[in-house]
Amino acid sequence: MTESKLILEVKNLQTSFFTDDGVIPSVDNVDFHVREGEILGIVGESGCGKSVTSLSIMGLVPSPPGKITNGQILFRGKDLTKLSEREMRNVRGNDIAMIFQEPMTSLNPLFTIGNQLIEAITLHKKDWSRKQAKARAIEMMKLVGLPRAEELIKEYPHQLSGGMRQRVMIAMALVCDPQLLIADEPTTALDVTIQAQILKLMRELNERLNTAVILITHDLGVVAETCERVVVMYAGKVVEEGLVETIFNNPQHPYTKGLIASVPDMRYKKQRLYSIQGNVPKPGTVKEGCRFAARCESVFGRCTEENPPLYETSEGHKTRCFLYDEKEILVNDKTAATS
Amino acid sequence: MTKPLLQVEGLKKYFPIHKGLLGKQTGFVKAVDDVSFYVNEGETLGIVGESGCGKSTTGRMLMRLLEPTEGKVTFEGKELTNLSSSNMRKVRREIQMVFQDPYASLNPRHNVEKILTEPLIVHNIGDAKSRRKKVYDFLEIVGLSSYHAKRYPHQFSGGQRQRIGIARALMTNPKLIIADEPVSALDVSIQAQVLNLMQDLQKELKLTYIFIAHDLGVVRHISDRVGVMYLGRMAELATSESLYADPLHPYTKALLSAVPVPDPEYKREQIILEGDIPSPSNPPTGCTFHTRCPFKMDACTTIVPKLEEVKPGHFVACHLYNELAQH
Repeated sequence: MTESKLILEVKNLQTSFFTDDGVIPSVDNVDFHVREGEILGIVGESGCGKSVTSLSIMGLVPSPPGKITNGQILFRGKDLTKLSEREMRNVRGNDIAMIFQEPMTSLNPLFTIGNQLIEAITLHKKDWSRKQAKARAIEMMKLVGLPRAEELIKEYPHQLSGGMRQRVMIAMALVCDPQLLIADEPTTALDVTIQAQILKLMRELNERLNTAVILITHDLGVVAETCERVVVMYAGKVVEEGLVETIFNNPQHPYTKGLIASVPDMRYKKQRLYSIQGNVPKPGTVKEGCRFAARCESVFGRCTEENPPLYETSEGHKTRCFLYDEKEILVNDKTAATS
Repeated sequence: MTKPLLQVEGLKKYFPIHKGLLGKQTGFVKAVDDVSFYVNEGETLGIVGESGCGKSTTGRMLMRLLEPTEGKVTFEGKELTNLSSSNMRKVRREIQMVFQDPYASLNPRHNVEKILTEPLIVHNIGDAKSRRKKVYDFLEIVGLSSYHAKRYPHQFSGGQRQRIGIARALMTNPKLIIADEPVSALDVSIQAQVLNLMQDLQKELKLTYIFIAHDLGVVRHISDRVGVMYLGRMAELATSESLYADPLHPYTKALLSAVPVPDPEYKREQIILEGDIPSPSNPPTGCTFHTRCPFKMDACTTIVPKLEEVKPGHFVACHLYNELAQH
């Protein structure tokens, strides 16, 4: 598993929005990677930059006002930020595909399901006949577990339920066998029993087709059940990264700890929920120091002055917090010993 | 010791469907179909279910924001369903509502002080001076400050707006609060703050809650008893310990097993239901869940199961627990 090759490397990515209030970096200094065939979760609350990160990878950041202002996005060694729109169009769908939260707004209400699937196929496979494309569309619909595909192909999006629409979106995304699928909150608009169906489908497809997946979500439960590795984002920065077991059993960053503790667990009743004080800072307001400092319980002098780097605390487990700086660990050990 | 504050019997809401040029009535959407329950003073009753199960419609009918098609709602011994609208308005002083979307439920043109004094004016409580004092007091109680009174809703974050929504509901000193998805638009860390606030207020002000939500973890956390709804009917109703530890209805079992648990080492048998929720305009006959139920029997397709007490305090509407139907 560990030998599998890197498929995507995001290095030092900064995506900024040029607004009337100045330049706001909504994704700042983000590093992570995706290996072949793995499911990587990106988790964080609204405004943490998880969606802008995924749009940056796809080259879909609305411009203006948005722009990638720094960094590299390497897909199999090729820097996507350097590609022309024409070249990028070739990458989208063929190499990297994306599905969105609201399947109703992603499908055109005026065209049949079949029409939209076939369009996606013929756009990328120029030499295919319409008949071939239709056969492929039906094959894909069966693959994602849509019933009576031959008839469904003639129906319009409004005739389908939310769960079925999301299946159509997944079928459309996988039509050209992409190596990487980015799913941005794919189950947030769905009911729990339908969410369970879609997550199961995504796990199965990942295993069967070996497509790597980036799953973007705010739901820690979804991450725990679906992903192998997790990246936790806060206010535009990666604050922690590690294997899913490590993150849940041994969270290090105070934000990750707080986030996990504030989820009500269905299995037992807590007397009181832990809650992180305060609100997420407005993008661009924290200029110096750790962006979580104002809400952090373990804050100390350095936090508001310097920007903490990512410390690798064990293999593959990284934390953006001064508590894990060797200097601080030494000091803490000493004070613990003397007291 | 505890007596029911609110009692609901056989509540129904059928929305007519009109079709064609002449608007001929062709059928009904049975949004709520024969629901009964009670709420004791000082407790929290959670109502869970997926979209379209009728949980919000039920909440609105309790306040008669929607007129029930049939059924009885009794609050403190008074039957609400046949009160005149002016008498009903007086009762609304005792029953208040908190809504899901803190963006849509606050008037953007009014400042917080105006939003919070409005219920006092409607119910003719106090004079200008005492009203203002009350606004400041309640802003402090919900964790905001008196200087927020002059601000407008757009100047607040989602969590703060929900605090304003809660303060507005509390202005008339109600006994019962109906909260319809009060935390589902909020981020996890903010959701925890609002849930804690609601629990503190309940203790301090001796409130009774009806908490309507789709998130099973949140409902378990806040509720003493929980009702599970499916397609307009109550499928199961029990204390939250009993419901989560030993769910009886096949739908509740599937629902609980479908919730993602934030613990990667937690392994369990997931029951994944086939298909989607049927349309409430054409619900299945008999038990409405029989089209997706893994334990379907002959009786399920024809006979509507009644909500019956199977264990002390644990009610379920399922033929599996009804000896007669099995033979």
